[in-house]
Amino acid sequence: MRVLIPGIAGALGQRVALRLRDAGHAVVGIDVRPWPSAPQGLEVHAVDIRKRAAEDVFRRFRPECVVHLATVTHLRSVSDEQLRVNLGGTRAVFDHAVTYGVKQVVFVGRHTFYGAAADSPLYHTEEEPPLEVARFPELADLVAADLFAGSTLWRHPEIDTAVLRLVYTLGPSHHGTLGGYLSRPRVPTVLGFDPLFHFMSEDDAARAIVASVERRIRGVFNVAGPPPATLSGIIRSAGRREVPIPEPLFRWVLGRFGLVRLPNGAVDHLKFPVVVDARAFQKATGFAFEHDVDEAIRLFRAGDV
Amino acid sequence: MLLNALSRFVDPEVRERVSRLELSFNAHGVDRFGVSQPHLAVFYTVLAALYRRYFHVRAHGLANVPARGRAMLVGNHSGGIAFDGAMVATAMLLDLEPPRIAHAMSEKFLNTLPLSSIWINRVGHLTGLPENAVRLLEDERLLLVYPEGARGTAKLYKDRHSLVRFGSGFMRLALKTGSPIIPVATLGGGEAVPTVTNLYSVAKLVGAPYLPITPWLLPLPLPVRFDLHFGEPMHFTGTGTEEDEVIDRYVGQVKDKIAGLIAAGRELR
Repeated sequence: MRVLIPGIAGALGQRVALRLRDAGHAVVGIDVRPWPSAPQGLEVHAVDIRKRAAEDVFRRFRPECVVHLATVTHLRSVSDEQLRVNLGGTRAVFDHAVTYGVKQVVFVGRHTFYGAAADSPLYHTEEEPPLEVARFPELADLVAADLFAGSTLWRHPEIDTAVLRLVYTLGPSHHGTLGGYLSRPRVPTVLGFDPLFHFMSEDDAARAIVASVERRIRGVFNVAGPPPATLSGIIRSAGRREVPIPEPLFRWVLGRFGLVRLPNGAVDHLKFPVVVDARAFQKATGFAFEHDVDEAIRLFRAGDV
Repeated sequence: MLLNALSRFVDPEVRERVSRLELSFNAHGVDRFGVSQPHLAVFYTVLAALYRRYFHVRAHGLANVPARGRAMLVGNHSGGIAFDGAMVATAMLLDLEPPRIAHAMSEKFLNTLPLSSIWINRVGHLTGLPENAVRLLEDERLLLVYPEGARGTAKLYKDRHSLVRFGSGFMRLALKTGSPIIPVATLGGGEAVPTVTNLYSVAKLVGAPYLPITPWLLPLPLPVRFDLHFGEPMHFTGTGTEEDEVIDRYVGQVKDKIAGLIAAGRELR
């Protein structure tokens, strides 16, 4: 099968690309970021998914399947430009998919779609609407992209669309929302709060995405690995030091004293859990995780320099 | 840090019983709902002291509580502070074989407060939402429910053996999840914290529904004996979407059963 991967140069994109190639698929990627160690024969186009040149890749390669990984979630501070990439890029991917007869699209979104709030259910199912978007503008763009992708299920029933809401990923790349948050020796938390964090290893996440391609699933699915762990436990296992900060001081302290910078809306995500029920995905694909919480953290630590 | 310091004072019996809970804990001692073994050990060390040495609790009819599988403990409130709920939950850990965790549903505002947010979740009390209750029952857990709500703990001393209006949400939940209801009557709460009046306007300032006033003003409990009476499981069949009249009839049956357990319990005191 011919598979196009926008966002191929990310930690997850690279893993998905290699797994699909090893399984005998023809893989082409799009990414503005470089992938210097890309294996020979794996074509990567350094173009912005929202630009005309990206459409040229669709026209020439004529993919049968698109794995859209060019989305970001922001537990770190971002520019206005990054704020718009999710919806703009997703719209371009689906427009081109319709125009060039793509049969299957896998949209890889995030479980942060559901939002973090004191009064939300602990486990989220796919039927639930997003919460607390108003307090986290950086998340609103991701939510819009997710809902837009989901609308393709009825707007273009000829395309098998799978919307995946993936939990945080951890791996040696230190990429991703959680990886970035844990990247420094001292990790800021909100004093008096210790939410459950739901995450899986990058390897397991890549296997799940490949499973959704190969099983050609259709619909909206939460994707998770092992049960969630407490944030304090994760920080400890990752060999980091937790720095609990009283909430009124939290925004002022971030970005100083060697602490990571986070957007304002992220505070709730460090106070309340976002945990998903991924049973529908497991049933549809037969996916089973290989790395438990400690193994995923061990793989993350292997990337420490 | 706080947890490590407190862990030094954990009651060995409590530690042993927490270790025998039939829950799936990860390497950090935390289960899929965030229930944590170290937190449970500290929390129930405090409650066990109250249970054994202060309230001298007697639990009757424990054989009516299923050893495994989903069930709802449905009880009565009395006394300005819900020591009744705390003692029922402690009985499940200390006196039931094998020990079980009773999950109560907590107020949302407790989840928004620093420290309270951690402890309330780590000892198994999720925010009071139907979704959380259904998920716990579907995971074959034991749920602790007080259908009188804050109306029950706001009862005055003279009304301590009566029951006020029962909410009906618990019954729809039991029907939807096919969970048996174990009626449980607690006697002693009303004597321990005898409320002579409630302050409502002052309570509003701190976001609480009421503030109980005892003869010694503060709602500090007297060392009164508590009796817990667990009744036989009640099974109702349905979907949870029944008309109000049907639900109200079922709720009435549970309420009558608890009233009967209270009356029988008073004879024994």
